[in-house]
Amino acid sequence: MNTVTDQSPDQSPDPSTAPATEPAPLPRPIWGRHLLVLAVIAVVLVPLPLLLPPNTQAVAVRVLIFALMAVGWNIMSGFGGMFSFGHAAYFGLGAYVSVWLLVNHGVSPWIGLLVGMLVAAAFATLIGFLALRYRLKGAYFALSTFAFAEMLRLLAINSDFVNRAVGYNVPLRPEFSLAFMQFAPGSPAYFWIALGLTVAAIAVSILFLRSRTGRFLVAVRDDEDAAAAVGVPVMRTKLVTMALSAAVTSVAGTFYAQYYFFIDPDVAFGSSVSIQAILPAVIGGVATIWGPAIGALVLGPLNDVTATLLRNPPAALSFLEGRAGLDVIVYALLLILIVLLLPQGIYGALRDRWRRR
Amino acid sequence: MTEQIPSATAPTVAEGEGHTSSPRLWARVPWTRVAIGVGFFVVAIALAYLRAGNGDVVRQAVLTGILIGGVYGLVAMGLTLIFGVLDIVNFAHGAFLAVALYITVTMVSRLGVNPLVALFVAVPVMFLLGAGVQRFVLAGAMGKPLENQLLITLGLALLIDNVLLMSFGPNPQSVKLPGDTGVQIFGAVATVSRLLAFGVAIVLAALLYVLLQRTRLGTAIRAVAANEAGAQLVGIDTRRIYMATFAIGTACAGAAGVLVAPLVTIEPTTGELFNIIAFVVVVLGGMGNVIGALVGGLIIGLTEQLGALYFPGQSPLLSVFVVFVLVLFLRPQGLFGKAS
Repeated sequence: MNTVTDQSPDQSPDPSTAPATEPAPLPRPIWGRHLLVLAVIAVVLVPLPLLLPPNTQAVAVRVLIFALMAVGWNIMSGFGGMFSFGHAAYFGLGAYVSVWLLVNHGVSPWIGLLVGMLVAAAFATLIGFLALRYRLKGAYFALSTFAFAEMLRLLAINSDFVNRAVGYNVPLRPEFSLAFMQFAPGSPAYFWIALGLTVAAIAVSILFLRSRTGRFLVAVRDDEDAAAAVGVPVMRTKLVTMALSAAVTSVAGTFYAQYYFFIDPDVAFGSSVSIQAILPAVIGGVATIWGPAIGALVLGPLNDVTATLLRNPPAALSFLEGRAGLDVIVYALLLILIVLLLPQGIYGALRDRWRRR
Repeated sequence: MTEQIPSATAPTVAEGEGHTSSPRLWARVPWTRVAIGVGFFVVAIALAYLRAGNGDVVRQAVLTGILIGGVYGLVAMGLTLIFGVLDIVNFAHGAFLAVALYITVTMVSRLGVNPLVALFVAVPVMFLLGAGVQRFVLAGAMGKPLENQLLITLGLALLIDNVLLMSFGPNPQSVKLPGDTGVQIFGAVATVSRLLAFGVAIVLAALLYVLLQRTRLGTAIRAVAANEAGAQLVGIDTRRIYMATFAIGTACAGAAGVLVAPLVTIEPTTGELFNIIAFVVVVLGGMGNVIGALVGGLIIGLTEQLGALYFPGQSPLLSVFVVFVLVLFLRPQGLFGKAS
């Protein structure tokens, strides 16, 4: 059904993609290696905010938010093959639940983060159950996820319960505190928290894939009937996957709200949010562990590059001065070109080339 | 465990629809279903009366709903045609509509012509644009997995929306139809622009139907939709048909764009709303079913207006989505498709 997400097993011995219908002995070192690489990257990145010029730190944080959203999307839509066009629902739930708790009840965003994860996972399980119960596939499945995200947006716009279209400003605290995830503007702590969350999310996706459910999932994705025939609990596997995917993406929503101090229904539940969860994964490589992070690394800085270009365009492009929209044009073109020419994504293509050698 | 067995053996409704089985572009009218539909309609109106307690409001909602529904139908006919023949879920359909909106704005503001004159420019331009996009962008992804095409059309939609944003700026614009006054119909008021939009949309829909039923090209399109390999065997150039179909579908969006230009606030993202509605209509009418799309358009137009009466204070789109989700779950083959 989906070669974007499928590598044929014979050319990719990577257990992340090979069907694993039975708990055969897997080449464990690869998993260990992924985790080791992750740990090394994390350690190397820790001093980054101290080295970067202060104004680029916001870019680094944006890259991490993109990566976090896409890692979540990738679990369900990449490894699971269930194409979601509505991850804005989970991002928005993470943002709204934590901010609502903070504004109305003074609950720390850290608790809000956990509650947001639970709510997002519950919502994903509910719509997942409905979609699977009625056997939605392919385009119909994608459209149903989209419809649920849009419904949340419309409900938020028209509910006094969450301040309607106005949304929320995160209240500033008299003093900075880790307990309330609030620091001086430009503080490296934001970067470290985002880094920690992203690294944890990638670690979770690695561990999930090597877990029993993760192997079931790949089996179900590659051949649902065969997997069901050998006793894989298809429904449960898919629901667990969707819940996990939603929980990871909701973390991005919570952090986003605390970092930018503002959310409204469009920022949280808009369809562009769903697109932002998809793009890094597609550009980096769908159904790969590192793809979402690499895609985020490409997309994150794009906004600033084009903004600089538009503020001070070279003579040939002077007609562009002061116009908006160039960043999206660039990433739309990137998306089309990647899907047409490099359907494995950047990481997927590099990996295949490296393997063939 | 046993609960998985049926899902393994039963045919999946969603995927067989529209491609392997014939998409029923020329479905016979199912009279019993029409009767059920009319019954639903009557109940819906009766409920609206009870909820609103005021006949004028309901009459107005029904009239407005039907009039805008005709335009929704035209947009969705293009989308469903593309789905039935090319098997592509086209997220860029609304963006094409937005291009036509801006063609209309530009012609009216620069040349001072009647907005409807823009039809004669927008339809051919959109036809060519559609042909070009299919030939140079989508042709490379034909036969690839659904996600690839979905992502490409998504990229196209983003691209078009933002090229419009760069070219025309984010400020909302509007177009006025000269002599646009209210007309009394059955105790409700409709503007001339709405009546014209509805009338022209229905005429164009009829033309499209005749094109599909009575011409060589239309027969070839239906043949490709029904069985691509068979169509190739009898000498139909399927690549040309793909291009023509996508072009015709895009031209439908273009025509609809011109028709709604006097009715909406024109922004680069206006097309998105129509895209969403068109998807709902297409699923409702059965993917690939052109007549279903027209009927579905009327139903969604009514749903939107009556829904605003049922749930005052909520966005009219909410009821559209509720209907959408219900149809997806209960009748994914569409209102007019055969139950599997």
